[in-house]
Formats: sequence, structure tokens, C-alpha cells
Amino acid sequence: MVDIPEHLLQRSAEARAKALGVPVEQVLAEMRGEAPPAPSAPAEAPTPPETAAVVEAPAPGDPDATAEQTPAVETKVVETEVVGPVETPEPEAPQGSLAPVAAPAEASPEVASPPSPVSGGDAPLAASVSPRPVAQPEAIPEGVRTQRLLTVVKARAIQQVKSSPADKVNTWPHLMIAEFTALLVMTGFLIILSVILQAPLLELANFNATPNPSKAPWYFLGLQELLSYYDPQIAGVIVPGISGLVGFMAIPYIDRNPSTKPSDRKFAILLFTFFLAGSATLTMLGTLFRGPGFNFTYPWADGIFFDDLKDWVDFG
Amino acid sequence: MADGNGGLRLGERIGEMATRVRGGSVWESMFRPGSPLKKGYSDSPRNRSYVIMNSVLYHLHPVKVKRHGVRLSYTLCLGGLSFFLFILLTITGIFLMFYYRPTAEAAYLDVEALSTSVAFGSLVRNMHRWGAHLMVLTVFLHMSRVFYHGAYKPPREFNWVVGVVLLLLTLLLSFTGYLLPWDQLALWAVTVGTNMGGFTPIFGPGVKFALLGGIEVTGNTLLRFYVLHVLFLPFVIVIFMAVHFWRVRKDGGISGPL
Ligand code: HEM
Repeated sequence: MVDIPEHLLQRSAEARAKALGVPVEQVLAEMRGEAPPAPSAPAEAPTPPETAAVVEAPAPGDPDATAEQTPAVETKVVETEVVGPVETPEPEAPQGSLAPVAAPAEASPEVASPPSPVSGGDAPLAASVSPRPVAQPEAIPEGVRTQRLLTVVKARAIQQVKSSPADKVNTWPHLMIAEFTALLVMTGFLIILSVILQAPLLELANFNATPNPSKAPWYFLGLQELLSYYDPQIAGVIVPGISGLVGFMAIPYIDRNPSTKPSDRKFAILLFTFFLAGSATLTMLGTLFRGPGFNFTYPWADGIFFDDLKDWVDFG
Repeated sequence: MADGNGGLRLGERIGEMATRVRGGSVWESMFRPGSPLKKGYSDSPRNRSYVIMNSVLYHLHPVKVKRHGVRLSYTLCLGGLSFFLFILLTITGIFLMFYYRPTAEAAYLDVEALSTSVAFGSLVRNMHRWGAHLMVLTVFLHMSRVFYHGAYKPPREFNWVVGVVLLLLTLLLSFTGYLLPWDQLALWAVTVGTNMGGFTPIFGPGVKFALLGGIEVTGNTLLRFYVLHVLFLPFVIVIFMAVHFWRVRKDGGISGPL
């Protein structure tokens, strides 16, 4: 049985009393007394005062549903009571497929019929009975609609439906401790590294003394390496611009295979591993194996031509 | 225990004081119910929820997370570490800003002085530099981890896109910072880097000109890179990180176990 909050009831009674020209108390009594039984045990969701949402769903029995989880809801019918000049802004339909349904109070049988029990899977657009009694059509003055179905929202469109209870642990202390440990280890590692290794500072910048070789920061050295093989128009555009950025962003939209099992996505894994190995190789080549004129050298024979490293990597 | 004068030992006094402060109304007002710092905290399932739910941590974490997501071997904490490194870089970077002027005349001398005559200056500069390199690495590895888990699949497609933007911003942050010491390494690495970008047809030369504030690296470039590095890019990356973390949560937390 739906419990309509007192203030909502009061407000709608007032509005209807105004429209029908009868005392408020009478309408209130009518509403309380004649309220038809509500459809199969719906639960009232907390809603802003303007709307009353009728939610058909079994109350979630999942003990894991913490304050953050919204109960699993299949269909949500949002109704509002509007009398006289419409003040409430019309809500936008969420998507083209779900146009707002305006249903005058002269309820068609479809609106008045109880919703079909909703089973799992794709939720039908079920309309629901208002828990309040529908006013008699002839009693309504011309042009006044006492009730309107604003929109029917598919639950999946607006919220995550938790399909199965998951094995969960408390963030505090379990996750927080793991994170804090990682933070300490990382900070410790960085401090030790910084005590041991001095960051390079060469001579003052000099526009007239181009070092040979001139190298980009290491994370661009793979690209620089590519640039040395190909026409810059290709390596400088196609590689970073298109495959690098747009291509990377497009990965989820290209790889339509829904499985995350490694055995189901051998090709994707192969490609990505190829990319990783390739970029690692190019970066190493550019960093360690390129000397004056960006010509090939062996670091152990000719030394390292990479200033970020050369102070502390020594092949004797 | 009372000593000869009837007073309390120092340790006991401090302990008593702490108890009084923790019972006081000021302390009480600072922490919301369920905080472990509040007087009388006890370890109960309810309080474990409150620690998150009743504090700012709720902006970052839900009350409960999937068990496998906590295992270090799943995420390797790489996303989290990227974020920690960003915070460390912000802290050390603020320190560096106290000693650094972004002009062609002063920059190099400031960095030199910082390394030689400022207490912890050298250490903090090293941490900032190696931390930046590490962050590029952890972000890249995080991306690889996400790929191998197929964690970019629905409903997480868009968070992958946000991630690629984060990778780009991380690289740009690192690259703009590279110029700031204004030594030979900085000047020529940035010259090579921007030349590579300049090869991009149509908008390449335009972007290069706008980045450099001219056709080649000058003092203007230094100021431009400085502002990008300490203000603009951190501002943008924080926004994208906020979206990224929020999406991780709204997409149902860490992706499922394989
Ligand atoms: C500044 C850089 C970044 C930060 C601070 C960051 C942070 C995080 C954090 C803390 C998580 C939670 C899980 C974990 O730790 O692995 C996460 C998840 C995720 N990140 Fe990032 N990330 C960054 C860059 C990226 C990049 C470059 C990508 C991909 C191109 C990416 C894609 C994702 C995806 C798809 C998830 C969800 C993974 C899952 O559900 O298992 N992120 N990120």
C-alpha cells in the first residue's frame, strides 16, 4: 500500500478543491476514503514535491545495497498533478524513443489498468494508476486537466541496475589501507630516487649552439625515431595525430567484442602487445642507440647520447 | 601516577589533555559521526560505513567496493599511483615556484641557485623531475592495464576516452615543464618536440606558432610554457580527473574480474 506523504495529499486536495469549487475537507475525505487499492505493492521513491513517482519493483532484499545503491528498479512512472495554468516546466524527454506521454485525467482504460507484472529483461513502458482517485470527467471545467502523465522513464536509462549481488568489502579499512600503503611506498621510492639521482642541469640555453644530437624528451623519442625513417608528413601526422589520439579514443567503439576474457580477445591483445613492444623498442632505440646526427650507435661502445640519463648510466 | 609534588607526570598530563580536547565541543564540531578521530569510535560495520559516507572521502570512494578491486594484483594501483604522483608533483611544484622566475635572464640562475643554496632545494627539484617521468610511466602502464582487462568495454567506453585526454594532458604537462630550467637540454628538446608537432599539416604550423609565441623558442615561449605548466594544464587535468573518477564509480566501480 502506498503511503502518500501528508503534505502531498494536502496540496493535491487543495488544488482539486480549487478546480472543482468544493471545500478542501470534502476532497480530502474523498481521497482518503475512496483511494483504490494500489497496484501490487509498489514502493514510494523519494521524489521532489512536484512529482510522485510510483515504482513497481520488489523491495530490494540485497543486504549489500548500501545508501549509495538505488534499489533495482525496472520501470518508473512519474506522474504529476497539474491544475489550471501549468506552472511546472515540462520535463524533456530523455531520448527520442521515450516521448513524454501526456494523459488527461479522462483516463483511458489503458492508463487506469494496473500495470502488467514486470519481468526481468527489457522493461515494457508500463503506465501506472495514480494512487489518487481519478476525478469524474464531467466535474472538470473545460480546459483543466487534473492529472497528467509527464513521462515514462525506463529505469536503465537513468541508473545502473545492479543485477546480481557482488562480493564486496568495506572501503574503510580494506581499500584505504591498500591505497595508503601504495602512497607511502611511492613517496619513499621517489625520495630515495631523488637522493641518489641528481636531475640534469646543463649549461645555459644557447640559441647558437645546437647540440648534436638534439633529442626530444624520452616519451617523444619513439616518435622522433619514426620521424627519422619516414617523411615527416607521414610520421609527424599519421602516427601521433590519427593513430595516436583519435585511434586510441576510438578503441572502445571499434572493439565491439563484449567479452573481457583473454581467451576471447586474442587478436586485440596481440595488437596491443605489438603496439607496446613497438613503442618500447622505438623509444629505446631513440634514447640509447642514436648518436651524433641521429645516427645509429651502440651505447656500450660510444656512450649515451641522452642527457637525462648520461650522468648516471655508465658502461665503464 | 603522582610524583612527590602531587602533580601528574608529563605524559599523563598530555594524555588527559588529549582526552579533554577530544571530548570538547570544538573537536566534536570538526568531525562528523562515525569518524575514527571522534571520541569513542569503535570498529563496527556501521562505523566502517560512516568513515566513508560521513566524510569528504565519499567524494572519491563508495562505502563498499568489489573484493577483487582491492586486490593489488588487479589494478596494480596504477591509476591511484598516477593520482598520488600528481599530488606529489603539485606539492613539490608549489615549492619550486617560490624560487623560480620564468624569464630568459632569471630562470636558469634560479634553478641553479635552488639546487645549490636552498635547503632541500635540490631534493625537491629532483623529486619533481623524477616524479614527472614516473607519472608518464604510471599513466601509460595504467592504460595498458585497462586495455588488457578489457575494462574499456561498455559501459566504460567513454571513460577510456577521458583517459586518453588525461594521457595527452600528462604528456603536455611534462613537456611544458621540460623547458623551464632553460638549459641546453630544455631548449633543444623543446625545439625538437615543437618541430615535430609543426609537421602536422594545416593546423600544425599555427599550433606551433601559438605554443612558442613566435616562430622559434624564445623568452616568450618560456613565459607561455610556464603559465601552461603551472596554471592552465593542471586546472584542465583536475577537471578531467574529476570526471574520470566519477565515471569509474558511476560505471559500476572497477570492472569485473576476468
Ligand atoms: C592522469 C592520468 C590518470 C589517472 C590519475 C587515472 C586514475 C584512475 C583511477 C584511480 C582508476 C581506478 C582504477 C585503477 O586504479 O586502476 C582509473 C580507472 C580507469 N581508467 Fe584511469 N587514470 C588516468 C589515465 C587513464 C588513461 C590514459 C586511460 C586510458 C586511455 C584510463 C582509462 C581508465 C578506465 C577505462 C578505467 C576503469 C577501469 C576499470 O573499471 O577497471 N585512465 N583511472
